[in-house]
Amino acid sequence: MALGLEAKLGDSVLTTQLDVVVNWGRQYSLWPMVFGTACCAIEFMSAAASQHDISRWGAEVVRFSPRQADLMLVCGTISYKQAPILKRIYEQMPEPKWVVAMGACASSGGVYDNYCTVQGIDEIIPVDVYISGCPPRPEAVLDALMKIQDQIKGESVLEDRHKDFKGILD
Amino acid sequence: MNTKALELIQGAFPEVPCETSIDSVVLTVQPDELEKTLTKLKKDPTLDFGLLLDVTAIDYLDYPQKSNIRFYVVYTIRNWKENLVVQVRIPVNDPEVGIPTASHIWDSANWGERETYDQYGINFQGHPDLRRILNHWQFEGHPLRKDYKIDARQVCYESDSLEKEIKARLATKGIDELTLKDINTEIMFLNIGPSHPATHGAIRILSALDGETVVANVNEIGYLHRGFEKTAEDRTYNQIIPLTDRLNYCSSLMNNVAFVKAVESWMGIEITERAQFMRVVLSEFYRALDHLVCLAALFVDMGGLTNYWYLYNEKEAAYDLISRLCGARLTSSFTRVGGMYRDFYEGWEIDMENQLKAIEKGVADSLTLVAKNRIVHDRSQNICCISPETALSYGFTGPNLRASGVPFDLRKDNPYYNYEAFDFSIPVGSNGDIYDRIMVRFEEIFQSISVIRQAMKMIPAGPVNIHDNKVTLPAKDKVYDNIEGLAGHFKLIFEGVKTPAGEWYDSFEAANGELGFHFVSDGSGKPYKCKVRPPCFYTMGGFHEMVEGEMIADAVINLSSINIIGGELDR
Repeated sequence: MALGLEAKLGDSVLTTQLDVVVNWGRQYSLWPMVFGTACCAIEFMSAAASQHDISRWGAEVVRFSPRQADLMLVCGTISYKQAPILKRIYEQMPEPKWVVAMGACASSGGVYDNYCTVQGIDEIIPVDVYISGCPPRPEAVLDALMKIQDQIKGESVLEDRHKDFKGILD
Repeated sequence: MNTKALELIQGAFPEVPCETSIDSVVLTVQPDELEKTLTKLKKDPTLDFGLLLDVTAIDYLDYPQKSNIRFYVVYTIRNWKENLVVQVRIPVNDPEVGIPTASHIWDSANWGERETYDQYGINFQGHPDLRRILNHWQFEGHPLRKDYKIDARQVCYESDSLEKEIKARLATKGIDELTLKDINTEIMFLNIGPSHPATHGAIRILSALDGETVVANVNEIGYLHRGFEKTAEDRTYNQIIPLTDRLNYCSSLMNNVAFVKAVESWMGIEITERAQFMRVVLSEFYRALDHLVCLAALFVDMGGLTNYWYLYNEKEAAYDLISRLCGARLTSSFTRVGGMYRDFYEGWEIDMENQLKAIEKGVADSLTLVAKNRIVHDRSQNICCISPETALSYGFTGPNLRASGVPFDLRKDNPYYNYEAFDFSIPVGSNGDIYDRIMVRFEEIFQSISVIRQAMKMIPAGPVNIHDNKVTLPAKDKVYDNIEGLAGHFKLIFEGVKTPAGEWYDSFEAANGELGFHFVSDGSGKPYKCKVRPPCFYTMGGFHEMVEGEMIADAVINLSSINIIGGELDR
């Protein structure tokens, strides 16, 4: 039984919370910015191609301009040479934004425990979801996308995200 | 051993000590004789070593046999017509002083020597642009020196502006600082990458434009430098195979084959017939897949997205076969020193034949869109040409060199795994433009499919691994049931396959060209040094020759037409 405004005006009005309606919109229209550097980017290509079809989750509008994107997918190894660029591109994305570290290299450096490889991109930018695998299967990318969607569901438009993050380049 | 090469070289340089290592002749030359020797090797018509394959150095600091000289620089040079390889070794008394440059003899020495400087800190006197190439500009020290700790990480806080380099390049075109300040000159600088969809990975291209025309171009690479060579020094030979997957990740299995082939040829291992045929079938299959990805991405850049679905979907479908075979989609790790990880699964022939048919259909569909397409022709014919002489001088190999009309292919010129028994042809281009590079790749897909079908008919039954308990693991029932098997298993896993001490270079025709490995072994189960000769690296070194004078939009499709793969480019 409807209460309040809905009881008076019937089906023509729907009341909800601002957070719920905004998050619903954000969840199903994520625009990924693919920061593809290595092998994982090839698996992202598979996730985007016909068979796995990322558009089933409303995230097929792949933007290479960070200014038009809200989901950063870091696909591949990040070297120290690349790190300042990753940080700058992250900063160019407007809030709210989410970051997925795809694969072992982006999550932890992977097999490359050496002088040139950043041991996980969370040393530079905040990360929301990590995907394991070297490289992960496309299904794992889709799983991460659903995890981000779940996370967005629980967020509030009033709160800033990751305000206190401090990486090695800050 | 190549006796013909040894006689030829010994005859040409009677006073220089010569030895052989597998197929190559090794000359040891003092720095003051270097320029004369290299010039003779290239210019003398009886020698005609036109292709400088690679430049590297060796640091003997920890080598068991001590010598007074710590560093040697090695130039690996090929005469592709006669199938001769020469390695010129030069002792370096003082790395700060270094040795004379070879960059005026071969253009490919420019990048090769820069890498040697970056990784080993060896100076090349007279080099036009000696600065770091793989590591970032704030890096201190030289990582491939034996006294550099593998985990000594150095943070880079800021990207290099490249301002000095692009201005130097402009100056070679007659545009100096004064012209730039002139109000009537409109030179615009445009930076593409390293994170840009057109760069297919992490490459940075900085162009100086006049309108839409590229006047000068400089590139920066190394954004995906992952320390393959340093990491490999700390792994057993079989443990390096998974790392080679990640060199050219579009054709991982070819890297696996190239790597183990290099190790086996030094150890004198003759793998089984079946394993040889398996390697041919799978290498050619991956060559076709590699070209599919390259062409799919190229047509996306050109605006023909439909081709992406026709071509890439077949690559995607091929993953079903590949994952049934080796358990992974992208990173196969399918070879072992002495054979293969395992045999084909039952019924693979049917899957393979279906897959080949599907690839043929996808490629044919794409060709109906492309072959007579006016837009494709206008955008690719006579665009970004490179002459055969320039391409050879920059160390181009593979489809990019063949597109310029040079029919060099190791499968024909230095056949291995019975390639001489297969009936296939090497497509060559006539102009060295983007169109030729596209069409050479299309044709190579068909040629590879033909080789696979021939090999599938001829493949013999039998074991896929040799029986040698110093090389291949014993069968599992032996490991579980008796102590010799168990001990042998542990020993091989922990110590690795031991190679005789020495140095050698061996190469393989990968999808992008000559993929070579230069090893130094100290007799243990781990390589003392493992240097990759990546085909992409030298192709990228000649990029500016192709795009200067062309439109900026053509530079983008030119980059996709030469198929630069970051993992292999930067290692």
